[in-house]
Parts: sequence; structure tokens; C-alpha cells
Amino acid sequence: MNQHLKMDKKEADVIGNMAQGVIGTGAPRRDGPLKVTGQAKYSAEIGDGTEAVGVFVRATIARGRVTGMDRDAARKMPGVLSVIDDARLLRNPAQGTSNAAPVQDPSEVAYFGQPIALVVAETFEQARHAAQSLKVQYDAQDAVTDPSDSRAEMEHPEAKQTEQGDVATAMAAAEFTVDSTYTTQAQNSAAMEPHASIAQWDGDKLTLHGSYQMLKYNRNELADSLGIDPENVRVLAPYVGGGFGSKLGISPEAVGAAIAAKELGRAVRVVMTRPQVFEATMRRSETRQRLRLAADSEGRLTAIDHHASVSNLPGEAFSEPVAMATHFLYAGKNRKYSHEIARIHRTCSGSMRAPGEAVGMLALENAMDELAHTSGIDPVELRLRNIPEVHPENGKEYSSRRFADCLRDGAERFGWSARNATPGQVREGEWLIGLGVASAARGNILQESQARVILHADGSATVETDMTDIGTGTYTILGQIAAEMLGLPLDAVTVRLGDTEFPPAAGSGGSWGASSAGSAVFLACQKLRQSIADMLDTDPSELTLQDGVVTSANRQQPLADLLNEDLTTIGHIEPGETSKSLAHAGFGAHFAEVAVNSVTGETRVRRMLGVFSAGRILNQQTATSQCHGGMIFGIGAALTEDMVHDKRDGHVVNHNLAEYHVPVNLDVPQLDVLFLEERDESANPLQSKGVGELGISGAGAAITNAIFNASGVRVRDYPATLDRVLPGLPAD
Amino acid sequence: MTLKTTLTINGKDRVVDADPRTSLLDALRHHLDLTGTKKGCDHGQCGACTVIVNGRRINSCLTLACMHDGDEITTIEGLGTPEQMSAMQDAFVRHDGFQCGYCTAGQICSATAMLDEARDGWPSNVSDTLDGDVTLSEAEISERMSGNLCRCSAYPGIVNAIRDVAEGGSK
Repeated sequence: MNQHLKMDKKEADVIGNMAQGVIGTGAPRRDGPLKVTGQAKYSAEIGDGTEAVGVFVRATIARGRVTGMDRDAARKMPGVLSVIDDARLLRNPAQGTSNAAPVQDPSEVAYFGQPIALVVAETFEQARHAAQSLKVQYDAQDAVTDPSDSRAEMEHPEAKQTEQGDVATAMAAAEFTVDSTYTTQAQNSAAMEPHASIAQWDGDKLTLHGSYQMLKYNRNELADSLGIDPENVRVLAPYVGGGFGSKLGISPEAVGAAIAAKELGRAVRVVMTRPQVFEATMRRSETRQRLRLAADSEGRLTAIDHHASVSNLPGEAFSEPVAMATHFLYAGKNRKYSHEIARIHRTCSGSMRAPGEAVGMLALENAMDELAHTSGIDPVELRLRNIPEVHPENGKEYSSRRFADCLRDGAERFGWSARNATPGQVREGEWLIGLGVASAARGNILQESQARVILHADGSATVETDMTDIGTGTYTILGQIAAEMLGLPLDAVTVRLGDTEFPPAAGSGGSWGASSAGSAVFLACQKLRQSIADMLDTDPSELTLQDGVVTSANRQQPLADLLNEDLTTIGHIEPGETSKSLAHAGFGAHFAEVAVNSVTGETRVRRMLGVFSAGRILNQQTATSQCHGGMIFGIGAALTEDMVHDKRDGHVVNHNLAEYHVPVNLDVPQLDVLFLEERDESANPLQSKGVGELGISGAGAAITNAIFNASGVRVRDYPATLDRVLPGLPAD
Repeated sequence: MTLKTTLTINGKDRVVDADPRTSLLDALRHHLDLTGTKKGCDHGQCGACTVIVNGRRINSCLTLACMHDGDEITTIEGLGTPEQMSAMQDAFVRHDGFQCGYCTAGQICSATAMLDEARDGWPSNVSDTLDGDVTLSEAEISERMSGNLCRCSAYPGIVNAIRDVAEGGSK
């Protein structure tokens, strides 16, 4: 008994007309009590303490071959069970949604810090000691590790070099122009839980408890890496300690644990150390971006040219899609894009929260601020003047877009009118105060997803899907959707996630999780409503379900009285025509107030507001927290985060949380988040959009624009650390 | 070689017979089945492993289990249960002071001990004076909690939760 929907046309609101009243509320997290009492078990915690423990050995060259290792000496150390350098071990982690094995064979070294062997011992202490003691011989080769090295091979994918109109002519004829180059640094997702897996075999069947975001893909990636049938692989991830993209694809520790567990015939736990997370899981590529803008005397854009340089390992298909938002955010007849990839020997580049927008919008929104300053037009007004009627490159209409309202309402709420347009005019003691604005935009995507909903004979319900909750609120949101549709109190719905035995969902990534998995739950519940209506010989639209009571044609009865047995359905959503015929994105506006110290160049964020239009908000509280998270990633990108690579051998210099600076509590003021009322009929039947990445898109630019307003210093090389601000400060 | 250490954990005597290199954190997680305490960095840089030892919050990854013979240790499991949460645990749920939940045990242990430090008049880097009563302003809470990283960035909720408990006068 299934309910399938391909999103080929607009879908009228259904869930908004239900009676329970739980959808959209800020219901506290269902997994909250388990998490705050330490009872939620994460991947490394599933074992009983008797499992063997693996620790990776890392390459200490940037490129070459492993010609030998002193495995006998290591093998003789206390407790050591095996030294594994199996050719199936991963060299690179898998890219998100790749669904197949990534690059394997660790005997060839492609970057410093690459895992080259796994030492397995009875205890962590023994394995760590042996791994650190292992002598490795290499045949080292020259390696280009810096994208600015003239020897770096540059790739120019043809599909990413495009031009419409004539940018050069428009630039020449423009009243105002901007031509600036910005750089952003490599970053690490730095989820608080390091990548961790426990593998156990039962004959040919592998069970892996792993910290992953997208289980249906991870299962196939793991199976393909091991050369086994995916049917024999079960992956579980009921609790995931953050991902932000770094756990989209299968990583070295899962494959290492599986190989070791098979060899030893017992469970094996492998947890990557924090330095290994920095060195051997995904990083966000550094970027070099040149932005050229041309505008008429009214500030209306006539041309946009966005050039991006990024990097990745040779052969990797992913490259940071820097210009993602530039394509659809602003009007302008003449448009040009160019994209180059430096093939260098650094840790693999992949998706980190809002790949593309997170870095591309730093440059785009700084350039818009430069245009506002040059033209003397207010930055909010300049953006309002450049909102296109339709997608400026393909003419598609937007599915829904309250972009202008975000800018206007945000300006009002933030007190934007009090801003002094002349930089460096507002001072409080030794602090220079300034305000900045930036737009937010992130493409909205629906992905195929399935979920099972069981309506039990006692009137309670269970939701089952392999969807994950990586902190995004999935347990709560899916429960709210089922509770709303079936008219049950939230605590009458049990949500079971993170197990490939359950129907496959879209997974957590690309901001599509809640809408996609949520739509599958919605569809399953729609079918259950039909079943209930059939029992009463009526139409589902005539039913009122609330607090476990069915009301139909003036008859009321407890839902449980109606049910003789469990009813089970699977909901199945697929993207359809609407995703092709319309432009889909969430929009917003960021406002920031900063204080720049006139003596030290230090920047403190004093206030920040994000106003977003993202369709129906499924849970006010978890959505707000997602936006907080994105905005704080923006603070990190603007002010502190910088993964430093040594120019000689490409090793990550600051591969730990003391030297790679994620924002700490005192770096973050109380944040203000406002969601505008919006419904997107073309997005999915819930009429919602993703929010996980919208909050970061543009956020950092609001801060650097505020630094300019405060101090007159235009930081074009991120992050805006003291050394980059200080030289430009006024002499007094 | 192993070493026997007796620890009083959450009010109960527990014996760890482990490699002397075993950190207090790993002893809790992998020898005593107290996995509520988390390993985020193993370097004393993130605070996820914060526990309360003899009344003070410490990073349990930076100390060896065998150094704590006879010590009183409180972990997240000792503060409350899902059915009976401590005031701080309850406030973290109400204020959404977490998302993925991985730093949360450390945040809550840290916050719980921090309230005592403030009550005892310990100044912080943002205090106006070194003596006298401490008023737990937003800045004081943020500063005192800056040793506990949260990458989901639930800082606003964390501060609100702690403020709630501090102002309620209970923990």
C-alpha cells in the first residue's frame, strides 16, 4: 500500500488545513532528553568495549609511492593484531551522492596526511602507539601543492565557461563599475564528532555503525569499495554528531573497519583523530574570485562577470561551484562566467555547507557593496533595484521569492536607516562601529525519498526511514508531519531513523532533507487518511483527525476504536516537471553590526539579523537554530576560519581545533532570525524549502561589509583577521 | 601492563583495570560504558569531554584515569536521566541549546560547574573587577563557556539556557 507523487505540478496546501496544530510550532526536539543526558549513542559508542581498535597511519609525503613498511616490528608490539594496507582502503573520501567507491589503493600517496595503513590492536592505546611507531618507506615524487604555483595544471571545464551578451562593451559603457579580486581560504567542516565507524560481520553480512549523512548512498559506496553486494551491507546512523558535508560520502574509517573486522573475525572500531579529520576528510577549496560589475547611473546592473579559481586533487570530479547564486540572484543583460581548477596535491575538496554560495556570495555581496559605495546608492536599495523579473539567464519564473521583502523588512527591523553611509564615522571609545548588509540565496532542491508510516491498532504511529538527523531536527519534524496529518499528539508518534533496513530517503545534505523526507512521510499519511476515510465510507476531506479522535459527519470516535490492525504505508516522492520548469531557491537578507578596534584591528560582531523566506517553516525552533548555525559559520568564514597549507609539502599546518578557529561562544552575539510567511506550491507538497544552508549564504559578507562601513577597510582576502584590517585603519 | 584505579563515579565506586596510558575520557567511554562523555579532539581543545572532578570541570581527555584514584567524578549520566533531567539539562532542551548533541554533555557539565565558580566569586576575562560578586551577564556566560566548542553553533540557545538556570537559582 503505497502513495507515490512525482512533483509535476503545483500542489495545493493540505497539511495547513489539518486540525492538530503541531506543524510549524517550535516543538522541542524529540531526541532532546536523550542527548542532554548522554543516552543517545553515537557510532563509536555502540560497542561493548571488547571490540578491536584501529588507528590509521598517515602519509608524511605529499606524493609518491609507499615502497615498504616495517609491519613485523609493529606486529610484535603489545596487543597489535594486524597491520592492514589492503588495496581496498580509501585514498580519497567519497564525494556526496557518488553512490560508488571513491579512489582507493593507499599505496599511492596523493596528499600529505593520506591514510596509508590501519594498525589494529586490542586497545586504542596499543593501536595508537603502534601506528605512530610504524616505519614507512616511500618513493617520493615532486608535488605541486599550491594552487598559485605556476607548475599547477589548470583545468577549464568547457561547460563552466559561458557568456551571454557582451560584458566588455557593457563595462566600457557603464556609469559605475567594480573590478575586484577576492580570496577565500580552505575550510574544514569540523563537526564535533570525528568520523567514526564500528564494523561487524556475520558471515557475508556486514553491519556498520557509522557517522554518515546519506545512508542509501553510503551503503552502496561501502559495498563497492569492498567489492561486495550492497544487499549484504547494513549501515546504521541513528545519531550523527554533525556533518556539514564532511560525512556525505563514505570515508576511510568505514572501509578500514570493515576490512579489519573481516580479517580478524570480530568487531572493529575505527575513529579518526581530529588531525586526521582535517587531513583526510573533505575540505572546502580555497577560492580566488574576480568580480566585475557594470551599472547604469541608477545602479541597475548591465553586466556581471564572475571568475573563479578553485582546486582539487587530480581526477576528482567535484569542484566548488562558486558562481551558483550569481546565476540567478541579480538582473543584468550581459553575463560571463569562467571557472578553473588547479590540480594540486592537497586533501580532497568536496562539499561543505552550501558549496558554491558559501564562498561565492562572499565575493558577489562584497562587490555589490563596493558598487553601492561607488555609486552612492544605499546597499539595500541597490539590491532592490536589481531583483530580476525572471531568471536572468534562462527566463524561468521563480517558484516563490520574497527576496525584496527580506531586504525591506530586515532593514526596518535592524534599524538600517540609522547607518551612516560614510565609512569610519561612528566611534565608541577605541571601537569603530559599522553596519553591513548582504543578500542570502540558496538553490532549493527536491530529491527522491521514501518513508514508511505505520498506524498502530492502538492509535499510535511509527515513522521509519533511513533519513538521518545530523542536528537538523529530523526526528522532531517528521514526527510533527505525521502527528499533524494523523491527528495525533506528537508523543504518540515514534520516529525511527538512520538504518538502511528502512525505506531509502534523500539523506541530509543540500538542504533537501526535511522537505524531501518530510514529503514522503506526508504522502504515507495521506494514504492512511484515505484508509480511515474508507472505513467510514467517506472522503478524506470530510475527516477531522485531532488528538486521536476521528470526527466525520458529526460522528466522533477514538481512532483506536476504528483500527483492528496495524496499517502500514510507504510514501514516495520524486522530483518532476516543476523542478525543471521553474527556478527554485530560498532567499534572505543578512544585517550585521560590527565593532572594529582602532588600535588592534580586531573585529567583534555585536548584532546580527537574518530574514529568510523559505516556504513553510516546519518547526520554528529547529529552523531558527539551523539559521543560527549557518550565520555563525558565516562569522567563522568572515573572521577566523583558515585552513593553512604548508607551501612546501601541502601539509595542513593547523590540523586541530586550537589553531583552526571555529567561532567560540564569546565570538557570537545573540542572533535575530525572522522567517517571512511563504508557501511554495511548486517545491513539494509541504510547500517548504531548505534552511540549513540558506543561513550561511551571504552571512560573512554582511560582516565584511560592516567592517568597511565601520573603518573604511575593504577586506578582500578572507578571513578578516587583525593583520588584514590593521594596515588600512585611519592613522588617528 | 594494566593498573587498577578506583574512582567514585556518579556516587558509585567503580574500578578501572586498564593500560596506564588510558585517559579518563577513554576509561569512561570504553571501560565503564559511560559513553555520554564525548571525544571531540582528544587534545583539550574542544571541551566535549568536560566532566566534573571533585567539584571542578576539567577536560577528561587531558588526564589519565590512573591519576584519579579516590576522586569524585560526575559525568552527564550523573546529572539526570531522560525521565528526570537536571534543571540545566531541561533548560538545554527548552532553549534548543544543541543540535547534533555531540558537544552537549560537555556543555552541560561545564555550565553546571561554571555556576558554582560564579557563585564562589571567581572572576573571568570579561569581569569588571577581580573581587566581589559575579553577575552572570550574557558576556560573562559566553566567556566562561568559550572552552566548549559547538560547531552546530547553538551558542544563543546555550547562553539562554544557562541564564535561565542561573536566574532561577537552581541547577
